[in-house]
Amino acid sequence: MQIETPATSAGPFAHAPTSIQRTMVLVMLALLPATVFGFWQFGWPAIFLFLTTLGTAVAAEWVCLRIAGKPQRRYLLDGSAVVAGWLLALSLPPWAPWWIGAIGALIAIVVAKQVFGGLGQNIFNPAMVARVALLISFPLEMTSYVRPLPIFSPEAPGFWQGISISLGQGGFDAVTGATLLSHVRTELSQGGTLSDILPGMAHLFSGAIGTIAGSMGETSALLILLGGGFLLLKRVISWHIPVALVGSLALIATLMNLYDADRYAGAPYHLVSGATLLVAFFIATDPVTSPVSKSGQILFGAGCGILVYVIRTWAGYPEGVGFAILLMNACTPTIDHYLRPRVYGRDRRGTPIEYADNAEMRK
Amino acid sequence: MKLFRIRGGVHPHDHKHLAAEQAIEDLPMPALLHVPLQQHIGAPAKPAVRRGQRVAKGDLLGLSQGAISAPVHAPTSGRVMGVGSYPAHHASGLSIRTVTLMPDGEDRWSEKVRSISDPFALAPEEIATRVAEAGIVGMGGATFPSAVKLNLRTRYRVHTLVVNGAECEPYLTCDDRLMREQADAVVDGVRIMAHALGAERIIIAIEENKPQAQAAMSLAAAVDRRIRLARLPTRYPMGSEKHLVQALTGRETPARGLTADIGVVVHNGATAFAVHEALRYGRPLISRVVTVSGAAVARPRNLRVPLGARVQDLLDYCGGFNEEPAGLISGGPMMGQPLPSTRVPIVKGSNGVLALTRREIDRQAPMPCIRCASCVEACPCGLVPLEMAARTRSGDLEGAVGLGLMDCIGCGSCAYVCPAHLPLVQFFNYAKGEMAARGRARQKLMETKRLAEQRSARMEAIKQAKREAMARRKREAAAKATDQPTASVSES
Repeated sequence: MQIETPATSAGPFAHAPTSIQRTMVLVMLALLPATVFGFWQFGWPAIFLFLTTLGTAVAAEWVCLRIAGKPQRRYLLDGSAVVAGWLLALSLPPWAPWWIGAIGALIAIVVAKQVFGGLGQNIFNPAMVARVALLISFPLEMTSYVRPLPIFSPEAPGFWQGISISLGQGGFDAVTGATLLSHVRTELSQGGTLSDILPGMAHLFSGAIGTIAGSMGETSALLILLGGGFLLLKRVISWHIPVALVGSLALIATLMNLYDADRYAGAPYHLVSGATLLVAFFIATDPVTSPVSKSGQILFGAGCGILVYVIRTWAGYPEGVGFAILLMNACTPTIDHYLRPRVYGRDRRGTPIEYADNAEMRK
Repeated sequence: MKLFRIRGGVHPHDHKHLAAEQAIEDLPMPALLHVPLQQHIGAPAKPAVRRGQRVAKGDLLGLSQGAISAPVHAPTSGRVMGVGSYPAHHASGLSIRTVTLMPDGEDRWSEKVRSISDPFALAPEEIATRVAEAGIVGMGGATFPSAVKLNLRTRYRVHTLVVNGAECEPYLTCDDRLMREQADAVVDGVRIMAHALGAERIIIAIEENKPQAQAAMSLAAAVDRRIRLARLPTRYPMGSEKHLVQALTGRETPARGLTADIGVVVHNGATAFAVHEALRYGRPLISRVVTVSGAAVARPRNLRVPLGARVQDLLDYCGGFNEEPAGLISGGPMMGQPLPSTRVPIVKGSNGVLALTRREIDRQAPMPCIRCASCVEACPCGLVPLEMAARTRSGDLEGAVGLGLMDCIGCGSCAYVCPAHLPLVQFFNYAKGEMAARGRARQKLMETKRLAEQRSARMEAIKQAKREAMARRKREAAAKATDQPTASVSES
């Protein structure tokens, strides 16, 4: 028997068990604990907002793929649209009306991703573009946070009440509250001191567990940390960006806290509040919009951490982590250009290595 | 011994269990042998036999041509059926000059093949000469004539000989088996090579996934105090010459240079065995050990194969296929080449024949790059494959070269880990080939320009000479004319 195989392309004729789909599924798995906890905390309105956001993201992706003439099934199944929608939903106020999620998803998928050329081509993280655009366009809806009301507790809205909340009809009295970050910011600007505003350590504990007002998936630092650890373990992300981000934020917060403890909160406060950890593990590590070299990733992460602190402390948006990410996303091409790994057999400048005893090696 | 870290690399499933416990068997002599005249890097050998001629085992079939070339010998005794063209052991499937030999079944050695009493009494140059005459080339797959590497002592101060027994390609077990079964012969060949190189240090490097080979070689190496055994971590591409030297010495070979630039020469274990055969018994390189493996092969084996046996002969001996293979590969799966047909012959550099199933190859339709940087992490050369690929795809080959395309060793680690299943090696091979073609075109253009300029200069010179000749004649004629009138005037 003789076989004639067609002239195939070059090797390798083996492949690691990796695919974009697998990466995206792992990210979804990592997000699951924080998401389910968010559903539990904020009930039916949060679930509806989540479904609307994801549904709109997938539908928008499908339409764009059709227009672009790309194979729709394969590209939809890669899971990137679902992950973008998912991350956006987690960063929204949980009782926001449905159209906030829908508009956000359209911005994320159409404006931030597909217009740039689709998967892998976008410069800015789609979820963060959408979050920032919504924050600027709809400041009221984007800053109305509710206190957690566990889903089946007596005070929590039922299924139909949840729908009416999602449709933006009033009639349900929830205890709305500012997030810790905006609360502290407001009080500070009115001349309060931190020791009055933040009595004791209780806020740190509830921030870690997640029983505070906040975005749908950002409240529980511990569950996000769990998901991030899972991604590190599965080597979907490397430690460089999260560690650099958290490290630089903690460092600058500690230094400022030492300088004036009454005006500048310490590192633990910054780490458990707002979107810090979600951003550190899930947003800043977005491969498409972050640098590719290890040194570049450390610089990128540190830049994010510092910008997060600056924006929270001195700028107008206490929940403005998104701005920090977008600013650093814009720096990524430059970072990639200047920070490359050293090539084997060459020095940093690219000239071949010369050893001191080279001359005697050549006769 | 102390080892140094190398950058990047991957850990592919090694699949070595398929053939690792199969002792080397002799392939029964096939009915016909197709011995190509080019089985090495460099100039092809020139035919030394005619159709119908009878040859003995070890007789010359082809003569070495030029400084970088190698002769080819008869793998067995028999009759030359012809010197013609036959499909090469190459992905292209193109034919090259090949001697077809019909074995007579006697397997009679040539009288010219004589054993040598003490190779260590020979001068180093003499050893290199004999290695060249035996047609020995690098048997790890690169097939660079070994004698050229043994002669590096004339240009470099070589202090260390490294024997590459890493065998980091998955599936392949031929070096493993050879080192287990012929450890004494391999060590003897190594010592002869060290003598030729004048190396004072010898390191035999074997990956940790071959403990029996390590034990056998360690035992055999006890005869020589200069020899040290390095137990390498199992990682691809540990067997890449420059990375192996870095793991052993901590030094990187300068870009575009040789390992000899840092005083090290690397030879493969199978090459050492061939040197032993040539320098002890006078036997040229006429057979080699080949691993036949892959999930599509019924009974994976390690075979000692006469050069020129068809791939089909090996597969038949191994019981054919379990299932239709999705790919037939020469060498390992990482850097091997697809074979166009099972008709092609085994050559000096063939270390493996793999028949792989679709599951094993796992080729999927490529997706867009998501810049995940897995390739950056995997690249042992510190390159950024994703950017080189982007430049190549957009046609900016100069840009790709600027990013280090020519420093790429083509190991395939990047493509192996790519979640988008991008054929990165294919891009880089294309870019390298295209750049080489452009270089040749540029050279041709410059040569044409030079010749054209020379021609116009020559033409100009001829014209000038003609003009001068014309002017001279005119002057002379004028001189004559003025002479005569003067004369006539004076006459009148």
